[in-house]
Amino acid sequence: MKIDRKEVEHVAQLARLQFDEAQLEMFVHQLNTILEYFEKLQKINTSEIEPTSHAVVMNNIFRDDAVEDFSDKDLLLTNAPSKEKGCFKVPKVIE
Amino acid sequence: MELHSLTIHQLHQLLSKREVSSQELTESVFKRIESIEEKVNAYITLTHELAMEQAKQADENISQGKTDSLTGIPLAIKDVLCIKAVRTTCGSGILENFIAPYDATVIKKLKGKDAVFVGRTNMDEFAMGSSTETSYFGITRNPWDLERIPGGSSGGSAAAVSADECIAALGSDTGGSIRQPAACCGLVGLKPTYGRVSRFGLVAFASSLDQIGPMTKDVKDAAILMNEICGYDPLDSTSVNVKVPDYTQALGREVKGMSVGIPKEYFIEGLDREVEVTVKEAIKAMEGLGIDIKEVSLPHTEYAVAVYYLIAPAEASSNLARYDGVRYGYRAKKGAGLLDMYKLSRSEGFGTEVKRRIMLGTYALSAGYYDAYYKKASQVRTLIRNDFEKAFSECDVIVTPTAPTPAFKIGEKMDDPLKMYLSDIFTIPANLAGIAGISIPCGFSSHGLPIGLQILANSFQEEKLLQVAHAYEQHTKWHLKKPDLTLPKYSHHSP
Repeated sequence: MKIDRKEVEHVAQLARLQFDEAQLEMFVHQLNTILEYFEKLQKINTSEIEPTSHAVVMNNIFRDDAVEDFSDKDLLLTNAPSKEKGCFKVPKVIE
Repeated sequence: MELHSLTIHQLHQLLSKREVSSQELTESVFKRIESIEEKVNAYITLTHELAMEQAKQADENISQGKTDSLTGIPLAIKDVLCIKAVRTTCGSGILENFIAPYDATVIKKLKGKDAVFVGRTNMDEFAMGSSTETSYFGITRNPWDLERIPGGSSGGSAAAVSADECIAALGSDTGGSIRQPAACCGLVGLKPTYGRVSRFGLVAFASSLDQIGPMTKDVKDAAILMNEICGYDPLDSTSVNVKVPDYTQALGREVKGMSVGIPKEYFIEGLDREVEVTVKEAIKAMEGLGIDIKEVSLPHTEYAVAVYYLIAPAEASSNLARYDGVRYGYRAKKGAGLLDMYKLSRSEGFGTEVKRRIMLGTYALSAGYYDAYYKKASQVRTLIRNDFEKAFSECDVIVTPTAPTPAFKIGEKMDDPLKMYLSDIFTIPANLAGIAGISIPCGFSSHGLPIGLQILANSFQEEKLLQVAHAYEQHTKWHLKKPDLTLPKYSHHSP
């Protein structure tokens, strides 16, 4: 087994997700099947191979750090689950 | 012939000669939607009011002699591209009520050309899937057989074009999400080279793989849409500043003497017999057009699915961290503090497939596993790119099946994620390498299901794709076949 229940719970915590019993069991099973399949990659010797993180080779793309007005502030706030006085509102963070 | 069944270029003729108006045309499309959408469910949101306004504006411009190739043409837009002040859901419950605050660059471009937006098409949640079954808004049915999936993730766009519920559509393709549904629904679907089309305003799934592209009734329409959506955009730092040619100029160019590579690694166990026979016949037809056929090798093909399902979920797990219930999207009602709010909002808001991929990606990036999974996959990605580089030094384009089988039955692969992932086996390598690919219809199975032929070309060689695709299409005419939706409504037991 590649990943056990405890590890699945840990990863869920990192991903800010939570699962019930049935879901945990399902993910343990399915993630193991998928990770087994990934094992085939270990057959390839990649010690001399540079990784590719982007299809197009490019380095830092710079632009001027200029302020631009965004005219539709109201439209942004329309989507806020909770707001007050033009700000996003969240539950209390510090007691 | 009904207006909604025509192509962009046919309608452009009628519109510019003022034989029809965009308003008549748009009404014809909505009438079609009204009569068959109940069977197909291609759309999440219809934007009738916006469409009629745009059509009116288009008609005014036409009356002043301003008729561009897309003026007044009703298009469907995958629900992953932001249209300002219009709901944009990505097929997810977490964005059920999200109103986009700005236009995606491609949307801005199409608006500038007076195109008409009919509605937002259904898709797998956050484009994660190959069947459109993971959408929060219900399944979409394949117009060729209502008991089958339309492919995915751009299944709504594919079904809408195929059922004439729009004239053409935009999709997005991260691992085959334009080409595979195009194959399942008998259409043309083009994934441009990575960097060819701006991703600004495309809700991110896997940023190093995502591209926007056209889904159309024929190759010429794909070329016309490519002319309008391609190009450098300072708002997308991965877009590439390469001149956009007039893609329609590639159509009708002589193909005699061109060379097509056939990778033996794509004709493997698991490839449906009928798909194999049909694709081989298509290759013979190309030979008949004077194209040289040669065998090429892409030796790392068998690793592509594993590489993809590490890299794409890794990027997704990072991209989808933004859905935390703070600034937009679903926020859980319960939850004592901030951390609880994050967890509950995400757990209630995302569907199972999205959570599976976030889990997979988070695991692959987590301490202790990064080298074994993410880094390893990125290294094998280099080998896959190198395979294509070598192959394209020996041929102009590569031809393969688009998908290993025709459209499968609704529900068939939902319980087995790995089986579902393997439906992308032939389309994934192009995304990993960043190259261009197109799927075009090349025949039908004995059950009357469309079969797709994939043509791949090196980066920024879309003209070659269109040239070969067009020559084949004009020779065979498969694209002229239409599904028969007058058949009685499916009789069934939902999955």
